[in-house]
Amino acid sequence: MSYSSTVQELIDSLGRLPGIGPKSAQRVAFHLLKAPPEEALRLSRAIVDAKERVSFCARCFNLSEGGDECAICRDPRREERIVCVVEDSQDIVAIERTQEFRGRYHVLQGAFSPIDGVGVEQLRVKELMTRVGEEDIEEVIVATNPNLEGEATASLLVKYLKPMGVRVTRIASGLPVGGDLEYADELTLGRALEGRQVLDAGTPADG
Amino acid sequence: MALYRDHAVVLRSWKLGEADRIISLHTHDHGKVRGVAKGVRRTKSKFGARLEPLSHVSIQLYRGRGDLDTITQVETVDRFTTLRDDADRFARAEAMLEAVDQVAQDREPDRALHVMLVRALRTLNERDSALVVAAFFLKLLAHEGVQPELDLCVDCGNEGPFAAFDFDDGGVRCHEHRRGRPISDGAIQLMRRILGGGLGGVLEAPVGPATGEVDMLATALLEHHLERRLRSVAVLEQNPR
Ligand SMILES: [Zn+2]
Ligand SMILES: [Zn+2]
Repeated sequence: MSYSSTVQELIDSLGRLPGIGPKSAQRVAFHLLKAPPEEALRLSRAIVDAKERVSFCARCFNLSEGGDECAICRDPRREERIVCVVEDSQDIVAIERTQEFRGRYHVLQGAFSPIDGVGVEQLRVKELMTRVGEEDIEEVIVATNPNLEGEATASLLVKYLKPMGVRVTRIASGLPVGGDLEYADELTLGRALEGRQVLDAGTPADG
Repeated sequence: MALYRDHAVVLRSWKLGEADRIISLHTHDHGKVRGVAKGVRRTKSKFGARLEPLSHVSIQLYRGRGDLDTITQVETVDRFTTLRDDADRFARAEAMLEAVDQVAQDREPDRALHVMLVRALRTLNERDSALVVAAFFLKLLAHEGVQPELDLCVDCGNEGPFAAFDFDDGGVRCHEHRRGRPISDGAIQLMRRILGGGLGGVLEAPVGPATGEVDMLATALLEHHLERRLRSVAVLEQNPR
């Protein structure tokens, strides 16, 4: 049996979402078709609203609502000398939950993964280098995932930031190797931030 | 039997659902296999770390009815720590994984290919020799039955001297029949040594003028054979400015 083009279009659109295979796409599509009209409308409105109001911060590439820059970059109480580099915006949420970090962020929008064609040009590395050059940044904390791609990203950042004379640190181990940062509990993540280690020091390291 | 053991190199992995991963493996006895590793993104188990790309593992899988097997046990054979510490070497290692991923067939045993890959990864892990990847690509082409002709002009059968390498005909050409990419004698010698069992000596030798040339030629040859670009190689050439 094949579906009408309207239904098929819905299934195809859902199937293009990350983590949703053809079977899940079908299941979600039928759920929406059976649901009361308000429910489907609420979802479509939420998508349209988010797309209209949310953009990427011009400075750090975090999600930003109502302005060029995100709420963290606009907050004058945030320490501008320390920048925490993460792979994705979800990681900022995880780190903010620890309440251990009062600096700013930089979102790379991915991790170094040559086999997927993600290299230094696909990540926001150039923008980070520009920030290090122009802003009053003393320390860059690399908080990429504790897995293969995250570690490779860290060594990539050291390679490019080292010549700029900025201190580059890496959040401490203790995080589950191979796991995702967003799944780390607040306590472990907080300790990892506290116990960070200098990867390559522009100025003499003092821990 | 539904449950089986094997040795494998992890080629790639993808997130699946909330906490799982799909792992693509090149095994010793079962060819290329895809398996699901459950819960590896969330738990503190060493499972996730052991199944990262590049890892050489001893593994137990359960073969169900679908395309995806389920990974039930993993032990590390080689972790290749040095390959992970350096973005450049990591990218070169991934170029080899990508090549194997392209060449290998699902569930078609190819022991020679598996052994070749493990050896190349070990070599690259031990020393940062410039020609490890090029040598692997050339040997891979030979394994695929498309070893480049380096001794006779592909046009007239002349024994040289040669002036060019012709990708379409897969070999060298003499001055009279030159076509394709210019090639130096040094590069031809190096490639002959790599394919003729002299790899050890080639890797020991200092980087010379022909090193970069062979590296480029080997990549171009493999890409010509695969009829596609290798993403990892493109990433290697990138620069943030
Ligand atoms: Zn921002
Ligand atoms: Zn000829």
